[in-house]
This record gives sequence, C-alpha cells and structure tokens, in this order.
Amino acid sequence: MSEGVHIADLKIVRGGKTIIPNLNMQIEQGKIFGLLGPSGSGKTTILRSIVGVQEIQDGSITVLGRPAGSKDLRKRIGYFTQSASIYTDLTCIENLRFFAQILGQLEISIDEVLELVDLTKNRKQLAASLSGGERARLALATALLGNPELLILDEPTVGLDPVLRRDLWVLFHELASKGKTLLISSHVMDEADRCDSLILLRDGRVLASGTPPALKSEAGTDDMETVFISLVEKE
Amino acid sequence: MNPVRIWAVARRILSQLLHDPRTIALMIVAPCLLMTILKYVYQNQTPVFQHVAGSLLGIFPMLVMFLITSVATLRERTSGTLERLLILPITKFEFILGYASAFGIAALIQAVVVSSVALGPLGLTIAGSQFMLIIVAIIDALLGMSIGIFVSSFAKTEFQAVQFLPAILFPQLLLSGLLAPRESMPSLLRVISDYLPLTYAVDATQKVIAGQGSLSHDFWLLVLFLFALLGAGALTLKRQTE
Repeated sequence: MSEGVHIADLKIVRGGKTIIPNLNMQIEQGKIFGLLGPSGSGKTTILRSIVGVQEIQDGSITVLGRPAGSKDLRKRIGYFTQSASIYTDLTCIENLRFFAQILGQLEISIDEVLELVDLTKNRKQLAASLSGGERARLALATALLGNPELLILDEPTVGLDPVLRRDLWVLFHELASKGKTLLISSHVMDEADRCDSLILLRDGRVLASGTPPALKSEAGTDDMETVFISLVEKE
Repeated sequence: MNPVRIWAVARRILSQLLHDPRTIALMIVAPCLLMTILKYVYQNQTPVFQHVAGSLLGIFPMLVMFLITSVATLRERTSGTLERLLILPITKFEFILGYASAFGIAALIQAVVVSSVALGPLGLTIAGSQFMLIIVAIIDALLGMSIGIFVSSFAKTEFQAVQFLPAILFPQLLLSGLLAPRESMPSLLRVISDYLPLTYAVDATQKVIAGQGSLSHDFWLLVLFLFALLGAGALTLKRQTE
C-alpha cells in the first residue's frame, strides 16, 4: 500500500455542482495508467486532487504513501497541465532553467530533457513563438525535470503529430520500465491500447477498470470506443 | 528561506522584462517625459515645479510598479504557472520576495534615471539629500508593488486589476497630503489618512524636498506596511482552489 496512488470515497463539489460523487481508485507503481473519458467526465479534477491543488469535500487520497498535497511530495510528482503552464515570454531554455533552480539538485540535465522532448533546436526560441505541440512538449519537459517518481499528465498528446505521439509513448514506457508511475488522461480512445491499465470514466464515476485486453474481451469487441459505448448502455 | 529560489524567481521576472523592451521603455521614458512636460507647464512658477516634481518623483514609481505587478501576478494566477509553481518546493514567501527583489531592481533603475533627469537637465533642486530622495522613491515603488500583488487576488481579469488603480491608490493620494495639507482636512478624513501607507510615503518625500524633519518615523511605518502587505500578498497565494 505504500507506493502508487490510492483514492477512497473521494467527493468533489465545484461551484455547487457535484463533479465527483464517490470515487475509489488504485494505481500501482511502475505502470502506465490511462484515465479515459469524454471531456467533462472529471479527469482533470481527479488529477488535480492527486497533485493536491484541488479542494476536496470528502474522502482520502494517498500518493506515494503520503496524503495528497504533503510538502515532501512536491519534488516527487511531475505535473503536466492541459493549458501548458509555461512562461510564454521566456525562451525554452530560460523556462527550464527557472524550473530547474526551483527544484534544486537535478539528476537529469536541461539538455537531456530538451533532447527527450525533441526541442533541442528550439532552445533559444521564445515560448510564445512555439507551435501548440511544441509548447506542450516544453511543458512536458518541465514536468520531467525533477526526475519525479509519479508523473501526472493531463492530455499530453492532444494535437501532436502522430510520429511525435508515438515517440512520446515510447518515452512513457521507458519511464515506466525504470519504475516510474504514470497517470495519463485522454479523451482519445485509441490511446487506450498503449496503457498498461485503464480507468474508464463518465460523469465522475468509474465505468470500468482493467487492462485493455481484459476490458475488450469482457465487452466482446476489439474497439475501445465500442467498449465504452457498451458499458454506458449497460448502466 | 532559500536565496537560490528567491533569486530564481527574481531573475525570471527580470528576463521576462528584458524580452519586453517596450515595457521597459515605457517604465523609464514615460516618467521622464511627464517631468519634462511639468517643467514647461510651470515654466514661470519655479517654486511650484520644485514642489510638485519632487513629490511626483516618489509617486510615479509607485503607480508604475502597482500596475505592472498587479497585472504580472494576475497573469501568473490565471495562466496556471502559479499553481504549477506552488506544487514545487518553493514557499509562498520565497515567491513574494522574488517578486519584491525583481521589481525592487526595476524600481532602482527607474528611480535613478528619472531623478537624474529631474535633478540634472530639468533643474529640480531639493533642500535634502538626493540620495535619500532615490531611497524614498524605491520604498514607494516597493509599496506600490506590494499593494499590487495583494489586490491582484481580488481581480479576476486584467481589466479589473487595472481599475484598482483609481479605486485603491487614488483615494490614498487624495488623502495623503499631496494636494492639500492633512491639517486642513475634516478630522474623520485625517484619521483615515493616518492609517494609509501613501500618507507616509508622501510625508517622507516632502521632508526630503524640504530638507527638514526626521525621516525615521515615516521609514519604520513604511517598512512595516511593506512587510504587512507582502505577508498579506503571500497569504493570497492559494495552493488549493475549488
């Protein structure tokens, strides 16, 4: 029980609206977990609560053996947000240098991280002049900087070139093989097959969870989209 | 408290400013231009120019820093970078001190350039020390900055943040004794002005211009206001939101 993420009876209300009524979820260490669901299903809210920036009404979240939001988790979690939270009026290298200084001692160098996300040639470019995909990769680079044990990635591959998307998934698998835990959200069902385990989400509730082959054989189909639809219809 | 992280924030803000030469030009050139206009508006009334220009030397940096920091902090709050930063190993006070250091340096440069122009070619003479005038201008700028950080948490958009200038700073300016001596105000207004930071900023500037009166009372109160506002600003940085 010490590693990974454990969520029990989580309840989240935002603006008077119950986003997550009662959520239970387990994420084991060293695997890639896909949090899949349509937009508005509560993916970002769940990820935010694991990172510790979301106010919660009820329940408990244990991250790497500590309550979510604990001070000593700050160096151990890498967080990538949908809105690519980088400074657009700084260059790539300036952005990374800043986050590196905040993190302190690094096990991975800025050049290595730039190489990983394929931004070496853009290092001196202002982030504002990067394309949407490049900005997302820069934000991903800042999340990788601290060599975190747990990576929370909120739709990291949306709108990326297919070749790059494939490369990033190779990178994610490499990280998982080194014992890192990745929790990746997506609304694209075809990304499901690249995850070790899936959590299908709708209206803040878990529809089903398990490995992609198990979910498919249960539904008797080979297409994730159909799995999702059959689960919704069964309710 | 880690100086490396404070400096990282300060350096980041200064780099952002360096990538924005137009803002730097506006920060430096606009006050110099205003001083020059003032000089010719009062060309036959040198004593009035001496009084007004001297006081404005302290007020300009405050207004500029207030605007710049309230927009900069608001941008950091709304773009998600603040939330992203606060889940990293940095304390809120380190973050605020980083802001204070960066804008303190910007204020120093602005105060030196604008005072040099005013005291040099524009012929402003003050009875007190020119060095102290620059120090007062920097403290004023830091005060503007700390108010800017604090009020930005009450604004949801940049439009609102900018409107806090007339809503928060102008009433303080009216009551500060800059336009009319505080002694002549109705007692209620005078009592209110006793609790406003700008009163002491203006008082310090006027003492330096006149070259008489002790500055230590004003200084201590201004430093107290400064740290209280910076502390209040730090409290408005929320790690968790709804």
